[in-house]
Amino acid sequence: MKVTLTVNGKQYSQEVEPRTSLTHFLREMLNLTGTHIGCDTSSCGACTVILDGVAVKSCTVLAVQADGCEVTTIEGLAEGDHLHPIQEAFREHHGLQCGFCTPGMVMTAVDLLQKNPNPTEEEIRHGLEGNFCRCTGYHNIVKSIQHAAEKLNA
Amino acid sequence: MGKFIGKSIKRKEDVRFLTGKGKYTDDIKLPGMTHAAFVRSPYAHAKINNINTAEALKAEGVVAIFTGQDECGNYGVPCGWQVNFKNGETMREPQQPLLAKGVVRYLGEAVAIVIAETLEQARDAAELVEVDYEELPAVTNPKEAMKEGAPLVHDEWPDNAAFDWCIGNDRAEVEKALENAHHVTELEYVNQRLAPNAIEPRSYIADYNAADDKWTLYTSTQNPHLIRLLLCAFALGIPEHKVRVVSYDVGGGFGSKIFHYTQEALLTWATKQIGRPIKWTADRSEAFLTDAHGRDHVVKAKMGFDKEGKIVALLADEYCAMGAYLSTFAPAIPTYLHGTLFQGLYTTPLIHLDVTAPFTHTVPVDAYRGAGRPEATYLLERLIETGAKEMGMDPAEIRFKNFIPPFDGVNQPGYQTQVALQYDSGNYAPVLKRALEMAGYEDFRKEQEEARKQGKLLGIGISTYIEACGIAPSAVVGALGARAGLYEAGEVRVQPTGKVSIYTGAHAHGQGHETTFAQIVADKLGIALEDVEIIHGDSERSAFGMGTYGSRSLAVGGSAIVKSIEKVLEKGAKIAAHKLEAAVEDLDYADGKWTVKGTDKSVSFGDVALTAYVPHDYPEGLEPGLDFSSFYDPANFTYPFGAHIAIVEVCPDTGKVTLKRFITCDDVGNVINPMIVDGQVHGGVVQGIGQALLEGVVYDENGQMISGSYMDYAMPRADDVPMIETDRTVTPCPHNPLGVKGAGEAGTIGSTPAVVNAVVDALWHLGIRDIPMPLTPARVWEAMNAAKA
Repeated sequence: MKVTLTVNGKQYSQEVEPRTSLTHFLREMLNLTGTHIGCDTSSCGACTVILDGVAVKSCTVLAVQADGCEVTTIEGLAEGDHLHPIQEAFREHHGLQCGFCTPGMVMTAVDLLQKNPNPTEEEIRHGLEGNFCRCTGYHNIVKSIQHAAEKLNA
Repeated sequence: MGKFIGKSIKRKEDVRFLTGKGKYTDDIKLPGMTHAAFVRSPYAHAKINNINTAEALKAEGVVAIFTGQDECGNYGVPCGWQVNFKNGETMREPQQPLLAKGVVRYLGEAVAIVIAETLEQARDAAELVEVDYEELPAVTNPKEAMKEGAPLVHDEWPDNAAFDWCIGNDRAEVEKALENAHHVTELEYVNQRLAPNAIEPRSYIADYNAADDKWTLYTSTQNPHLIRLLLCAFALGIPEHKVRVVSYDVGGGFGSKIFHYTQEALLTWATKQIGRPIKWTADRSEAFLTDAHGRDHVVKAKMGFDKEGKIVALLADEYCAMGAYLSTFAPAIPTYLHGTLFQGLYTTPLIHLDVTAPFTHTVPVDAYRGAGRPEATYLLERLIETGAKEMGMDPAEIRFKNFIPPFDGVNQPGYQTQVALQYDSGNYAPVLKRALEMAGYEDFRKEQEEARKQGKLLGIGISTYIEACGIAPSAVVGALGARAGLYEAGEVRVQPTGKVSIYTGAHAHGQGHETTFAQIVADKLGIALEDVEIIHGDSERSAFGMGTYGSRSLAVGGSAIVKSIEKVLEKGAKIAAHKLEAAVEDLDYADGKWTVKGTDKSVSFGDVALTAYVPHDYPEGLEPGLDFSSFYDPANFTYPFGAHIAIVEVCPDTGKVTLKRFITCDDVGNVINPMIVDGQVHGGVVQGIGQALLEGVVYDENGQMISGSYMDYAMPRADDVPMIETDRTVTPCPHNPLGVKGAGEAGTIGSTPAVVNAVVDALWHLGIRDIPMPLTPARVWEAMNAAKA
């Protein structure tokens, strides 16, 4: 089947199998390997991308479902050399260690702060429920998002 | 402290991770690359009568299928540590085959590998492989495995013991002291089996190049050189200089990526058979089934006290599961990394531990963050806390009473324990004092009392810990059964322009070496941070290495780099002296230049570097070039310590535990980058909280894993934990040049008993003395309900 998607502002048309997941499409067909796979039950959130403005776990979206949609992946967040304020906050506040969950965390944070620009700590933690991190204990991820919110609101 | 050491420098590696440009093994694609899928045993123990691959071989895209009947069935991966029986009998060491041959011994053991053009084709074809199994009885619990008549994991031996072991004082003497003790506290519990769960699943690509008869193995490992050695010299018997092992970015390890796994060797063997690269990446189900697990000790322990609360004796018997085969470091974990920590921070005069390590019909058990030390700390801290409460003493006070007095390892000697180790330096009371102060311990007791009156169950739990990092020196670990040395290599290559490349044998998978190591180098050489590049994860770039585990990178790997820097500065001084027409001893080195003492005559590091490579006007007899390589073999382990405090609220209706606060005061020696050390503590603490409240691998009586996905195995999520409140004291390590001790595992080691102690504290007045981990709402509720009855 043929699908046409806009990914990080660029249009792609590709033949895919009906069973091809959006994660697979991004990683294997477009070589956008920043979107990661950490599980097979849609639990870990490492594959989170923004689909038509909303964060989704791309492992549970089929490429054919995303036909005609706009996708932003971690590769499309920075503007040239300028990191997005959320990326910058993660760097500034040590919100990552091994980096594997990071793309999903950052994309989830983008969605979270879009929906709720002034979240409490509790709201941030609740918003990150669908993303696992085994390295940071979430402490500095929460801090990073708090600081990013301040910056985005300034 | 220099310009960079001791500062929270932002990480050099972050931009690539934050922009999706990390290079994990699964991100790599090679021309002509094929994909592998495994046919895995659906039984924990079964005879393989027949494997029929005919249909699968006909499937679209299939390149090859191999089973244990092929040549690869003759190979196995080795164990790297030998622990013999107490009676001198040699450790029982079955071959861990690359593919099962005739018998499967754990659920998920690989029976066949299917290699195809695409991953989907490989998986589809694997479904078509028909295996005729005859199911056999299984045993998964290590204590059950030692019972008369238990199903045997390996028929060649009369029982399931891989080895047994003991440490400490004479058992009879310890037993006698317990008989005469004023009070004896006894606990029986299971330190449950855990799945490491690095978020990046294991991933390998093997690529044989016939043109130069060389293999490249890309692997998500914590120690590429060690894998190359084990793979070449022990698993496949191929020449080591013909194999390159590369591990670029690795998405967390926590111990589980130390070991040499069968898939690494199998793919390396198979790529030559088919003449094409092969990739395999575990899915999460495979990770649960095949990553080496951690813990799994069945424990019975006693601690005896005198009237004042001083510990007089400690005795423990443990059954520690090895799994179906001996993984790389498995025998060392419940022995030399566990029993040797039974002194803890206390002056206990008599200690004895007996360990029986049986084979079980489960995936192998090996090091998982802390590796043996969290289990030791759990035992000590649950016993001392319970003992204090039983005797009506304050749990903080009893610890102060038993602490080893301060010693710095310089003016006072190290502390000789009853269990072989000699601690390097320690000052234990201040960490607990500080943690209690942060927690507001005195006020909390009042708050707790008030809360109880209103039907609220609050609890506070303390844990103090010591750990042993940077396991060494090689001669000692060799005498204890290690089949490898435990040093580290570090090379400093100064380029002609004065830029510096560092090649380390340590490996970063989240620890931030590219930043911390650069901080050390930039400070010692007085150059800019951006002029230093840290290179790791490639056996053909770094001379050698033992990799990263056991919180060893900085203490051992960092020290190797410092040794090389000292050599660079020594040679540089000779060149500088020549250029300045002065004697070496008349020079000072600071801020990146050599200066003739008392003058303003100086020459910069960059100028000296250039001269070393353009030696037109040069000291006579001195070799050109400015690069040095060093191996550092430490004099001793390092011994970080600390105090952790958990404050919890237990819901009286549901048994749900809410962790309200978590406080740590750790001492990891000198700190290179406080931001990174804090991050290590946060993450470690939450992993330990995971064991206390959420996690546990469960095998049923048939050896089926009923916790084999994230839907069934509870990982700590962001809303399960609070912010972690941290502080530190600094007691430098006296025997390494940086004075550092290591921070990677401290959090996990200290936190688990603090949480359990806190929950038991909340429920003590109801008569509850212990609850089995993980303390799920159901288990806490059951305990409360049973106490009421």
